[in-house]
Amino acid sequence: MAKSKTLRVLQKSPTGIQGLDEITNGGLPCGRTTLVAGSAGCGKTLLAMQFIVNGIRTYHEPGVFMAFEETAEDLALNMASLGYDLKQMMRRKLLALDYVRVEPREIYETGDYDLEGLFVRLGMMIDEVGAKRVAIDSLDALFSGLPNELILRAELRRLFRWLSDKGVTSIVTGEQGERTLTRHGLEEYVSECVIFLDHRVTNQIATRRLRIVKYRGSGHGTNEYPAMIDSSGINVLPISSLGLNYPVSKERVSSGVPRLDAMLGGKGYFKGSSVLISGTAGAGKSSLAAIFADRVCAAGGRCIYFSFEEAPAQIMRNMESIGIHLGQWVQKGLLHFESSRPTILGMESHLTAMYTLVERFRPAAVVVDPISNLTAIGDQAEVCAMLTRMIDFLKNRGITAVFTSLTEGGAPLEQTELGVSSLMDTWILLRMLESASERDRILYVLKSRGMAHSNQMREFTLSKDGVQLVDVYTGQGGVYTGSARLLQEDRDRAEQLAVAQAELRRQRELEKERVELENQMRSAQARLQSIQDELRAGAAVEKRRLDTAAQQRKDLARVRKAD
Amino acid sequence: MAKTAEEAQKRGRPATAKAESERWELRLYVAGQTPRCVTAFANLKRLCEEHLKGQYSIQIVDLLREPQLAKGDQILAIPTLVRKLPVPVRKIIGDLSNTERVLVGLDLRPGKQE
Repeated sequence: MAKSKTLRVLQKSPTGIQGLDEITNGGLPCGRTTLVAGSAGCGKTLLAMQFIVNGIRTYHEPGVFMAFEETAEDLALNMASLGYDLKQMMRRKLLALDYVRVEPREIYETGDYDLEGLFVRLGMMIDEVGAKRVAIDSLDALFSGLPNELILRAELRRLFRWLSDKGVTSIVTGEQGERTLTRHGLEEYVSECVIFLDHRVTNQIATRRLRIVKYRGSGHGTNEYPAMIDSSGINVLPISSLGLNYPVSKERVSSGVPRLDAMLGGKGYFKGSSVLISGTAGAGKSSLAAIFADRVCAAGGRCIYFSFEEAPAQIMRNMESIGIHLGQWVQKGLLHFESSRPTILGMESHLTAMYTLVERFRPAAVVVDPISNLTAIGDQAEVCAMLTRMIDFLKNRGITAVFTSLTEGGAPLEQTELGVSSLMDTWILLRMLESASERDRILYVLKSRGMAHSNQMREFTLSKDGVQLVDVYTGQGGVYTGSARLLQEDRDRAEQLAVAQAELRRQRELEKERVELENQMRSAQARLQSIQDELRAGAAVEKRRLDTAAQQRKDLARVRKAD
Repeated sequence: MAKTAEEAQKRGRPATAKAESERWELRLYVAGQTPRCVTAFANLKRLCEEHLKGQYSIQIVDLLREPQLAKGDQILAIPTLVRKLPVPVRKIIGDLSNTERVLVGLDLRPGKQE
């Protein structure tokens, strides 16, 4: 909205109901009348009362509440359950509360009249406390009490104008009509702002929603927003205010399993990211989620564990069996369990309940176990929408969220039932591998945005010492896990031993042969030597014989005196 | 409940011929001297003179002067005539120009009420 100094923009009167103020960009139109329409039990009175009480408590604006349906005592009692002390506010002259009883049986119409009495009473109350806010709940009672609608309508028109002239911001409530917004067409007179509260029952589950039907002169969220009534009154979840502009963190948080951290780029999940752990039944999803919760708490962070399947005590007992002691964190106030069956509340109420709890507890991490159960109360599109809101909300606050999701047996593993995988930053898949008459858990990281994650499969083992990730056997002859892996490893070891021994034997044999050959060589050498010696000796003898013979011939010749 | 006793008392009494001794206490709520309020008072005065001569009293409450009194009798419409006595309390709204309805409303003539 463009604001300039010369241009007067519509002033807003904050309701103090956070979500509603966000949707309306600041509150109800100041000095004008807002109509709150809805069916019985949708929270019209509560909304009106919260507007008045928050005005008094937060914005120092005294208020007037004119009730047609409940006596002042009943109202005070009802509001006490929300922690509003109406009586005290009345004593301190901050609140004027009046119950107007309209008893049709007592009233006879005879001729012309107006509603000056109502104006007088309202005016008196406004003056008494110096009210800036007025609530009238509900106008339908007037229609049943005063038969002349013509007069009534004219007077209502005058009432809204009069309230505006008084400078008060007012809220009027009206019952929902068959086909119209309100049974008596009040929306015709209230042209500035109309809020519609819806209380819908689908599949036996009631869901509250709030919608701004119109808001003249102001931008506003146009969707139906989930609303919930809890111990603090009406809560509205303004999804539109969340967007894809949340801050991101480079900080990492450990998954609680060192080897899984190693698989996730060596450091674990990103802080504020959304993690999906999906897998078949019994694959260890909850365990992995609980380990994460344990890790967060051990690091001094707070964590909320939303469980849609198990009671807190059961989760704690079960996790004890794998050496994870969650009880200590609960005692220290770091861990909060919120267990409920999905069917207890409607989808939107769950979301609002989560939202409220997160706002109150301010955790560093949240575990939702499992999200697949939510399909019991809504179709896929609804669940997906809710999770989108939930994730956006958590991301905006930098809260790391771990969701688990059950994959039905037989369903494609790399497909979540809810189609939420695209919302997730990290997706860890757990599956069971059946081989050699046993089932073993396999873990792998299907995706993890923004980090160099491992593409390896790991065997995921749960024991009383906790969780271990083991390399799967990927040698010759395929992939083995569990006892098959152990067997194969044994077989491999035996084989290697055999090979080593054979090698040793062969070497020994060769050595022996070498030694033998050497021996042979040595004896041959010796023989050669003796032959050579013999030969040399032979030659000398021959020479001597020849010499001797020559001498003899000479001697003979000399003797014969031959010439 | 007290109401049933009142009802019985009322039924036992002939609607037109009221007991002579009965006191009628009427209160007319107005807001200033508007023509409608003036008309209502004139109509009331005339009616009482005709039907309740000597046994009625009319109190006029001007809410502009005494706004706090509007709460007691749960006044919304102006003018409103409240029959305080005899019980049960009855409220008649408007300027009392429809005499028939006023008489029925005041239980001075049998009507379709109840």
